[in-house]
Amino acid sequence: MKVLAFGITKDILGKSEIQLRDFEGQTVGDLRSYLRNKHREFDQLNSLAIAVNEEYAQDHATLNESDVVALIPPVSGG
Amino acid sequence: MTKNIHITRETLSIDACRSLIAAPKNGGECFFVGTVRNVTKGERVEKLVFEAYEPMAIKEMHKIADTTLLNYEASTVVIHHRIGELHIGEIPVIIAVGAPHRDAAFKACRFAIDTLKETVPIWKKEFLESGEVWVSAHP
Repeated sequence: MKVLAFGITKDILGKSEIQLRDFEGQTVGDLRSYLRNKHREFDQLNSLAIAVNEEYAQDHATLNESDVVALIPPVSGG
Repeated sequence: MTKNIHITRETLSIDACRSLIAAPKNGGECFFVGTVRNVTKGERVEKLVFEAYEPMAIKEMHKIADTTLLNYEASTVVIHHRIGELHIGEIPVIIAVGAPHRDAAFKACRFAIDTLKETVPIWKKEFLESGEVWVSAHP
């Protein structure tokens, strides 16, 4: 599963894209917990939305190996 | 043209946006033009760098335009956003709305820029005298 990082999440991961395995059938919430455990900096963000295939996803949504996931820290366009 | 959505690294043009919303039924046009400010929280800003998750940002901008057309009596909506490096006074965003009457034009324009700032995956990094910071990332 491809995970894209933007804004400050790119700094936290140290790269703009990572590949994660074994998330088939797990939820967006599971991915969130995994990331928080691995990188404590995620806890310090104002918010962290997660998009699946270019749409905002709820924590209960189920992930597939072929999904493109994006980490969306607080947006600041305009 | 009913709506026009664009993300670019080029300079944004108010005239171009105006020509895109022109329609005989419009009795008024409302524009929001965002500009890069020289100070933030008392600190001098050198420049901003905008980054977008482009395909999703385009989708979210289309959703805003659709909702604007549906919920306000606007006839035309244009949302253009620039990304990359911008300096003081330059324009990162233009919202242009055409409507039969001014009240709808003002309200539609306000809704579009407010929603863009909440939902569209675009981020800005401020380059200050004291260093670099992703805007709104931390409390």
